[in-house]
Amino acid sequence: MSLLSVRDLSVKFAMRDNTVTALNQISFDLAKGERLGIVGESGAGKSITGFALMNLLSRPGFIDSGKIMFLGDDIVQMPEAKMRNIRGNKMAMIFQDPMVTLNPVLTIGQQMVETLMAHRKLSKAEAEQIAIVKLREVYIPSPEDRLEQYPHELSGGMRQRIVIAIALLLDPQLIIADEPTTALDVTIQADIMELLLELCQSNKVGLILITHDLGVVSQMTERTLVMYAGRIIEAGRTREIINDPQHPYTQGLINALPQQTKPGQRLKQIPGSMPSLTAIPKGCPFSPRCEFVKDRCHTEAPETVQYANVEVACHEVNRLHTDKAEEIKA
Amino acid sequence: MFAYLVKRVFQAIAVMFVISLIGFAIQDNLGDPLRELVGQSVSEEVRQELRDELGLNDSFLTQYLRFAGNALQGDLGTSYFFKEPALDVILKKLPATMELVLGATIIIIGLSIPVGVYTAIYPNTILSRIVMGVSIIGISIPVFLTAILMIFVFSVEYGWFPSYGRGEIVHVFGPWETNFATVDGWMHILLPSVALASIMLPLFVRLIRAEMMEVLQSEYVKYAKAKGIRPWRIYFVHALKNTLLPVITVGGVQIGTMVAYTILTETVFQWPGMGFMFLEAVNRVDTPLIVAYLIVVGFIFVVTNTIVDLIYGLVNPTVNLARMGA
Ligand SMILES: Nc1ncnc2c1ncn2[C@@H]1O[C@H](COP(=O)(O)OP(=O)(O)OP(=O)(O)O)[C@@H](O)[C@H]1O
Ligand code: SF4
Ligand SMILES: [Mg+2]
Repeated sequence: MSLLSVRDLSVKFAMRDNTVTALNQISFDLAKGERLGIVGESGAGKSITGFALMNLLSRPGFIDSGKIMFLGDDIVQMPEAKMRNIRGNKMAMIFQDPMVTLNPVLTIGQQMVETLMAHRKLSKAEAEQIAIVKLREVYIPSPEDRLEQYPHELSGGMRQRIVIAIALLLDPQLIIADEPTTALDVTIQADIMELLLELCQSNKVGLILITHDLGVVSQMTERTLVMYAGRIIEAGRTREIINDPQHPYTQGLINALPQQTKPGQRLKQIPGSMPSLTAIPKGCPFSPRCEFVKDRCHTEAPETVQYANVEVACHEVNRLHTDKAEEIKA
Repeated sequence: MFAYLVKRVFQAIAVMFVISLIGFAIQDNLGDPLRELVGQSVSEEVRQELRDELGLNDSFLTQYLRFAGNALQGDLGTSYFFKEPALDVILKKLPATMELVLGATIIIIGLSIPVGVYTAIYPNTILSRIVMGVSIIGISIPVFLTAILMIFVFSVEYGWFPSYGRGEIVHVFGPWETNFATVDGWMHILLPSVALASIMLPLFVRLIRAEMMEVLQSEYVKYAKAKGIRPWRIYFVHALKNTLLPVITVGGVQIGTMVAYTILTETVFQWPGMGFMFLEAVNRVDTPLIVAYLIVVGFIFVVTNTIVDLIYGLVNPTVNLARMGA
């Protein structure tokens, strides 16, 4: 049974005299315990997707239409009180920068205990015991002492471990992690990712990992969504997407990876940049940057089709394939 | 912690030094002590003799040191009018003024926090808009005008509250007699307190609202929501503490400033405090009393600021007082 099932989800921003579309009818599923990566350049709509799943979009953003079925209920229609009971409990979130996520004037203990007590009938002492167990699971040394400390007394890596421990406090079904290591020191990024992977696997927690690092996605996830201008333009098993991408945008992302570049060669960046929400091109939003662009790409939005083990939204999937075949022949 | 305390005390002493210099300069230049002492009929020779005797012909430095030395021993000169030590005159008037400041402070704290928080959480309600509009008007009307208007409406027109004096006061100890022990005392202190609070209250409402709105946009508030924390806890535990930290600092300065505003309020309400006394002293060119008032008010200002800074350091976990002392 699928844990999460998103159907035709659209998110809009109410601007002064019109609305702009930040998410355009995205659909995807997540099975219990499955790990899904969401990748794309800055501004693709990755974070918006994460907050929409939590029904925590801040104004002027709002869910315009669609369904988010989670454990059998539609989050879009859910009353706030019921939704609050899901947040931090069944569905937890890990934010990007641990330096600003934890409240500076509350102790680690207070911030952990309040989370437990928001969802379960526990005494403070019982809640502290659970907090200590979880801190131990994320390898925090002398967890009893940490409860008394304030966030500023701890390093960034330590704080993100604590945020991970808080995410695990109530044994959630799903964790949404939005670039959980980009704000951290490079030397500890891999450790934190490894920890997250280990904990998700051992606790059978579903994970949605938002990142623009395809390398991380390939280590951490089983399936991947590639987003562009608020749309899912390619989706499938992570291995297929990394090894045999079908969409010109995904191919561009992979070609831009340092590993794909021979020493001395310049990185092959995709020319141009992500359109702003107010100026998304008609037809295929990627058309101004696409090397395979055809006339109808400017007028007709491509449908999502199943092709070579992935789902892809591009008019020219077939052509790309024949191009490749010819390349190999030549 | 101790090092920080010492550092703050030194700063306070430095400020007091500057205030004493100003006080001395006024003493030196305002009015002629001889005229106050002997009148106009005395010959120039006798005057010179007296000047020597009083040390008025000594060098600036000698005179200042004498002034400062006396001040440190609590001798701020003798009031020409009351023929009493100036400090004693002021200390007798001090409780009335401090009770007025206390009344205004209670009104400010009691109203600005709930109103500021409400207008931050619901910025678009009609009530919030009315509050913000009124607060602009409140800031721009001078205290004495508010005071006169209040007397006109509540004392003259409706006769609900007395318009002047302290009413029935009860002796506590020393020079301290309190308004807060009798209904009549409460009735008398209410209008002056509201008048005194009227300038600071809108300022604090706006300050708290602005800080709170910023805090509500912060990542840690978003994160608290993502943890499923109830709104009241987010507002009053997560957000309010972070909101009030910067407000404490501003608040300390404003309480000091309020002592100065008591001059106007006390004068309008004939409140027998040191502000009212100060204005009378200015009219009588009672220089020792004027100088003593400046030094006492400066002292109150410095002490409140130092205490507020220390409190700020104690309640803000991210301020390490031990390190700040270094
Ligand atoms: N409050 C807002 N008002 C208007 N537009 C917004 C607002 N917040 C985000 N957007 C827009 O929505 C789009 C998607 O933003 P989102 O934060 O989801 O991007 P992202 O994929 O997470 O990018 P990044 O990698 O930089 O985090 C962007 O074009 C952004 O400018
Ligand atoms: S639809 Fe056209 S423009 Fe869009 S990616 Fe495919 S080929 Fe390129
Ligand atoms: Mg983002």
